[in-house]
Amino acid sequence: MIRASFLVGAMLVVSPLNAQDHASHKEATPPAMDHCAMGHLPPEQCPPIDEPEGDATTADPTTADPTTDGMPDGMDHGNHGTIDHAEHGEVTDKSANAAAPETAVPLRALEGPRHAADAVWGSEQMASARSQLAREHGRMATGMVLVERLEARLATDSGEDGYLWDAQAWYGGDINRFVLKTEGEGEFGGALEHAEVQALYSRAIGPFFDLQTGVRFDPEPDNRSHLAIGIQGLAPYMFHIDGAMFISDKGDLTARVEAEYDQRITQRLILQPRIEVELSAQDIPEREVGAGISNVEPGLRLRYEIAKEFAPYVGVEYEAKVGDTAELARLRGEDPDAIKALIGLRAWF
Amino acid sequence: MTFSRRHLIKSTAALAAASALPMPAWARGLSVTDAKKGFGEVSGENIELAIGNHHFNTGGRSGHAIAVNGTVPGPLIRLREGQMARLNVTNNLDEGSSIHWHGLLLPFQFDGVPGVSFPGIRPGERFSYEFPIRQSGTYWWHSHSGLQEQAGHYGPIIVESATPDPRYDRDYVVLLSEFTPMHPHDIMRKLKVGEHYFQRDMLTATEGEMSGEMRRMWGRMRMNPRDISDVTGSTYTFLVNGHGPEDNLELAFNPGDRVRLRVINGSAMTFFNLRIPGVPMTIIQADGQDVDDVEVDEFQIGVAETYDVIVSPPAGSHAIVAEAMDRSGMGLASLTSHAGHIATAPALRDIPTLTMIDMGMMDHGGMEGVNEMGHSMRDTSKLPGDVEAGPGVDMIAPMPMDRMDFPGLGLDKVDHRVLRYTDLKAKRMNPHRKIDREMEIHLTGNMERYMWSFDGKKFSAVTDEPIRFGYDERVRVKLVNQTMMAHPIHLHGHFFELVNGAEHMHQPLKHTVVVQPGGTATFDLTANEPGDWAFHCHLLYHMHAGMMQVVTVRPFPDGKPV
Repeated sequence: MIRASFLVGAMLVVSPLNAQDHASHKEATPPAMDHCAMGHLPPEQCPPIDEPEGDATTADPTTADPTTDGMPDGMDHGNHGTIDHAEHGEVTDKSANAAAPETAVPLRALEGPRHAADAVWGSEQMASARSQLAREHGRMATGMVLVERLEARLATDSGEDGYLWDAQAWYGGDINRFVLKTEGEGEFGGALEHAEVQALYSRAIGPFFDLQTGVRFDPEPDNRSHLAIGIQGLAPYMFHIDGAMFISDKGDLTARVEAEYDQRITQRLILQPRIEVELSAQDIPEREVGAGISNVEPGLRLRYEIAKEFAPYVGVEYEAKVGDTAELARLRGEDPDAIKALIGLRAWF
Repeated sequence: MTFSRRHLIKSTAALAAASALPMPAWARGLSVTDAKKGFGEVSGENIELAIGNHHFNTGGRSGHAIAVNGTVPGPLIRLREGQMARLNVTNNLDEGSSIHWHGLLLPFQFDGVPGVSFPGIRPGERFSYEFPIRQSGTYWWHSHSGLQEQAGHYGPIIVESATPDPRYDRDYVVLLSEFTPMHPHDIMRKLKVGEHYFQRDMLTATEGEMSGEMRRMWGRMRMNPRDISDVTGSTYTFLVNGHGPEDNLELAFNPGDRVRLRVINGSAMTFFNLRIPGVPMTIIQADGQDVDDVEVDEFQIGVAETYDVIVSPPAGSHAIVAEAMDRSGMGLASLTSHAGHIATAPALRDIPTLTMIDMGMMDHGGMEGVNEMGHSMRDTSKLPGDVEAGPGVDMIAPMPMDRMDFPGLGLDKVDHRVLRYTDLKAKRMNPHRKIDREMEIHLTGNMERYMWSFDGKKFSAVTDEPIRFGYDERVRVKLVNQTMMAHPIHLHGHFFELVNGAEHMHQPLKHTVVVQPGGTATFDLTANEPGDWAFHCHLLYHMHAGMMQVVTVRPFPDGKPV
């Protein structure tokens, strides 16, 4: 028995066209055109009429394009299994000699009904169940609110103690999402110094990054609006990156890049180095910003995950105005840099 | 009139009900009873099953459950090969439901997948499934609606063979599953938002033996080598026949008995390593189909698989240990000849860490190989044209190899006998068939975004492009796992033959095949069950994320269905 089957296999290898012959031979159904004329198939599923004869067996409209995967056209089907797979050099080659390729769907497989269950239970009954099935298997929308930093910033020198928030929320599917971001800071007992809200459309542009575009509004210090475009995602070596450029309603171009890295010390204790850099393409005197790199804030936060959603932290951050911006601060008699001790909370829900 | 607290609570619930909030009955405080642990048995030609909301608690965790006939798991359905079965299912939930008969050969319209085989069972509706029983063996049933399976909506099936089976004296179902107090939709959301919510064994600065260079390499790929299971013992209590480890389930035997254990993995997300320390097990069936005897000390069972084993334990109490693959917990029962004696459970072993082989790289045993290939972890030119390499594909295995000889994560280095697919050999001969066609299906995903798909396309994107087979077509299907997770792939309504090196007329029959991380698995299918069939990863949340397709088999030999 074994020997017999080997012989059969060997014979099939010898004749490269055997698979083709075989497929045609087994084809008990009428040819494509007749089949469509009989109304078994919706028109969009009928194979193209003027295909060369060799392609008559590959009627699947979704995969029939022979160029998509370098598949040889119909006449070469018999060769495919032997040659192509041998080149892969797999350790365990389980390709079946003389078998037709994936695209050679036999015509009979395209016979109706399109949805078998419709013929039993009725199309109306099935239609809603079918759309729910699709919705529940890949089209799920969800969202989250993430408060990345909610912290008190305590001056280590003569400066003022302040507070800061930095949060974002998103809702949507895997690819398209609506994103809200907000951050701001101020001094305890003093005025809110800076606050902003961004409303963004976010689209996945690769496995790890989203492109985000939208608007930013700063209620403080000066009610300014911006157009925003940026990317957010996970860079190699597990760095979380959020970078964006902004054009204000006055035409000022600025940019901001944030990068952070979570180093687990234990399962719950996480050390997070973080850096934020702000840039400006021009002097913005009313915001006391000079052209070039304006601010650099490297920091280190150590958080403890009481729960995954709730992680208080302590940390330290060096905040520095640099370049022309630092110069402007000195001219105002301010200290361009400071070291802050941080106590805060990272939370999400 | 004084307001009692009880009254207040009642009126608050009534208010919630009256205001038509989208609250299910169990949340509105209607009377919901505790589901019984374990299952009764139903048999005969006419079987009644009722799906309802219940509470469930085990080992300090309690929450909502969906029970069938009041138990979790639902009743054991005992059938006989050759009989007609009419299964009448009443849905007492507030949402649609269904039952899929996992592994049974039947007309497609009774396969129980809403939207594929039938419209589903509406709230309050009673639906009758009716089909002849054409086979024997160990199977199971479960909901195919939403995420209900996670909540307790599953149970075992035994089909007695038409001829007596003299291989055993005693017969037990060992149905493995999970209980979680968390709502399944909440679990899905936590998986989607990233944050590694259920991971408690990640590599840290103080944990895990891995060189700095290897850690950086994993980091460069943006992958986590401890991503063994998506959902873990941090929320799951692992159950044997509905009993948690603290419920002390006992299965009695007399010394000298040959005990048949019908091990069913009815969990939503957990692969189990099953062993009975000190007691060797002889595998006699895989997925309900007889195989030549294989004696092992331990085997890994993927979600939705079944294995039947025969054991002849010496007098005493023996622990049946179903350890989660990620070692975050275990299901436990005592096989005992002394009623009341609870076997001592072994300690959990350490969580395995993924290797380069799990990333689909050949293990050249050195860092050179790693450095050389580290940059090509997503070389889209390695994919055939019908695979879409969008944001849903975070990795492409550089060199996926056949891994049907791999016993499962964490079992490759144990010093006792473990089962591999390559050990399985069908006991009865399969018909001799030549392969008509070959195909490849790529298992694709993105761990960070929690996207899962076949060929880079979620089910919602391919509802009009089923996988088409001609009736009676013989196809060799190679599953290529482009992810670093093991996926149990299940085809409804058929048995396929594993191309596992067994002589080709004795290739073992299965309904579910585990494709190891970064590897391939191959099966031969004779598509001789006409109709539309679901084809999906049996990890519940992977399926829900889109790792599903519909397989159509045409034409109907009689011209049309029914």
